[in-house]
Parts: sequence; structure tokens; C-alpha cells
Amino acid sequence: MSALNRNQMAWRAAQDLADGSVVNLGLGMPVLVSNYITADRDIFLQSENGILGVGPEADEAHQDRNLVDAGSRRVTLQEGASIVDSVASFAMIRGGHIDVTILGAFEVATNGDLANWDANVPAKGPLVGGAMDLAVGANGVWILMQHNTRDGAPRLLEACNLPLTAPACVTRIYTDIAVVDLTPDGFLVREILAGISSEELKSRTGAPTTIAEDCKPLKAPEIAA
Amino acid sequence: MAIDKRVATAAEALAGVKDGAVVMVSGFAGAGFPNVLLEALRDAGPKGLTLVANSATHPYSLTHTLIEAGMVTKVIASAARGRGRELSPFEELWRDGKIELECLPQGNFSERIRAGGAGIPAFYTPVAYGTELGKGREVREFKGRPCILEEAITGDLALIRGDVGDRFGNVRFRYAQMNFGLAMATACTTTVAEVREATATAIPPEDVQVPSVYVNYVVPVGGEA
Repeated sequence: MSALNRNQMAWRAAQDLADGSVVNLGLGMPVLVSNYITADRDIFLQSENGILGVGPEADEAHQDRNLVDAGSRRVTLQEGASIVDSVASFAMIRGGHIDVTILGAFEVATNGDLANWDANVPAKGPLVGGAMDLAVGANGVWILMQHNTRDGAPRLLEACNLPLTAPACVTRIYTDIAVVDLTPDGFLVREILAGISSEELKSRTGAPTTIAEDCKPLKAPEIAA
Repeated sequence: MAIDKRVATAAEALAGVKDGAVVMVSGFAGAGFPNVLLEALRDAGPKGLTLVANSATHPYSLTHTLIEAGMVTKVIASAARGRGRELSPFEELWRDGKIELECLPQGNFSERIRAGGAGIPAFYTPVAYGTELGKGREVREFKGRPCILEEAITGDLALIRGDVGDRFGNVRFRYAQMNFGLAMATACTTTVAEVREATATAIPPEDVQVPSVYVNYVVPVGGEA
């Protein structure tokens, strides 16, 4: 099986969200997870701009310029939704009321350190938004990212090279070739893509990695990239 | 004399803005930008402003026009990155050292403004501890968790956008328009609310989202609901 594409990665992460949970999806790949959450699961998507219960994107006939998510997408509301101001929204995030946040990342360290806000691009202004609040405040911090950079360098590391978003916060990582838990003993691989050996996975990971005894094959249905 | 905070034009509401003022501007993700007030403030032309706005570069907000007009010496924001590889006017000024930037997590940003409006001089939070954005802050541990001290932000003028304002100064928002509007109104000496519709009859008490005590001027500007 070839490495998962972005949509398949999003599908895989969506399978682990508990019914009825409150979830915040970061910009970029994480927001694709919403495409694989069906309404019957009663999952409430929270957005930093104050919405609890973000529904699917609005079609042209039902768009409202004031009904947007934190990524400026014009969205709908699901039944039971509520809207508060930014202070209350961040109190929800920082006060431990979000079950899981799924975020993109550049690097994750074996102790759970996360680097996902500043790629050190010269002269470009900083943009942190709610990343640090989510990383610190959500109960579960799941990362959705490619296992390696375009140059083949590992993103799972002994220590992050890029500026930290928050120390010791990541609980799980979904990549295109593996599902990895963060444990007190470091990276623990729960699933590996069929066709990739333990040795290859370890060689593509930048820190000591344990393969779980009950490690399963990483699977996803065929979904167009 | 009956209270009536409605004024006909933005220029009238902004007549007293002084050089060096700290100006808060609401809006996030495309909703709640007081763009009529921002145009009027640019025309009024005060210099040496400090802007407190979530984003210095959001394409839907006219915040950047104050920066391009050379009226701003400092920006406090959670986002200051222009789109694409080209530098935005803000980023060019920042690179050349002509404008100061304080970048902070969006939750610290909103909570510091809330604190400013609530008479709380400072508070501790774990968000940004151990990161570049927490550097230089006083650190103290609570229940074994290191936290940084964040000081309240107050301002001279809040510019907010609502849906309906009444003659008493009460404001109601549409969907996610609220974002920073309430907190900024509480934290500033003077608040001007631009609204789609200004009414002589009062907004029903349970629908009021910014109480009249925080609002000095209500400017009807029309626009779509």
C-alpha cells in the first residue's frame, strides 16, 4: 500500500474521535477531518472565533459573511450550536473543556514538545493565533503531519529545532505511514503502513522508537488526494 | 434630556482622537471588522497610534490602511503575517524597524484585554511558557505547572462592529461578529460601535451583548444583514 494521502490521513484520525466529544481542528490538513465525521456521531467542532458546533461549509445560497470559522470559511451551524465571544471561546480552550485538538506540525519531540507556529521564514511576520492556547489547553493534542519533510528529514525528533508552540503537550501523531503515541518512554508505534518494515520506520524517525507488541497495519479506504 | 448615543457619521464620533492613542480594533476571520470607522480614522489622521488588533494584515480588515498611512508605531496582535511570499506593507515596516510588534497567543491577547476591562492588573497563565513569546515574562509555578505573568491591556479607543445598536448604546451582534468586540469595549475609555442599524427602541435586555455602559457612540452604517 502506498503512503496515505492527506484525505486518508484525515479519515484515519477521524476514526479515533469519540462520539459526543468536543474537538477543535487546526487550519490546513486538520480541517479535512471534518469531512469524515458524520452527523450521527454528535461530535461538536469548536472554532476559536467562538462557535461551538461548526457544521459543513455553507453553499452559496446560505452563506453569511458573519457566520465564519476561525479559518474565514463561511460555514453552517449544527443543531445545538452556540456562539460566544473570543474571551469565552478561549476560556473554553484554556480551561480544559476541549477533548481533542488536531493540529498540523513541523516537528514533534519525543517528550511531546510541539513546533508548529514559526518556520523561521526571514522577514515574514509571526502568526501564532490560537496554536499555543490549543496545545496547552486541550486534553488531547493530536498531530496530523507527514512523517518526513520533502527532503526526507524526520519530523519526529529527540528535540525540536524550530521555535516551540508548547512544551510536552502532544499525545498522538498521525502520519502518512504510521500512528504514534507519545509515552513517558518516548515514541510508541501503534500502526505501520503495510510494506514498511520496523527498521525502515525507525530509520525515518529521528529519535528512539518502540514498536508496540500489538502494532497493527495502518489502513484507510481509497480516497482521492 | 433623553440619552441618545447615536451619531450620524463616523467622523463625528472620532473627532477627538489624539496622537499617540491606543486604539483597539475588533474583528476576526472576516467578521466584525469596523471598516467604516477605520476609514474615518485614517481620514482623521492621528499619528503615533498603538493598534491592538488580532491581525495586522487580515485582507478583509482595513486595519492595514492605518499602517500604510504611517499612523501606527506599534501593533499588538496574534497574527502579523501577510499572505504569500511577498512581504505585506506591515512586514516591510517591521523588517526595517519602523514599527514595533508585540505578538502573543490569541488567548493571552483576549484575556489581557478582558483583564484590562475588569480591573485585573495581571494574571498568570501556562500559555506561552517555554516559548519565544513567553521570554522575559515573570515565571511562577502553580500546582507544579510553570506559568508566565501577563499584564492587562487597556486603551483609549475601541472600534467595534455590531449588527444593531440602540440609542442607549446597547449592541447586539450577528453570528460570529462578536469576537473581541465586548472585551475591547470594556477595556477602553471610549468605545465607538458601527452598526448596520441604529434604533430608537431599546434592544430587549436578554439580547444585549455589549451593555450600554461600555459604549459612547453608535454609528449606523448600513450594509447587509
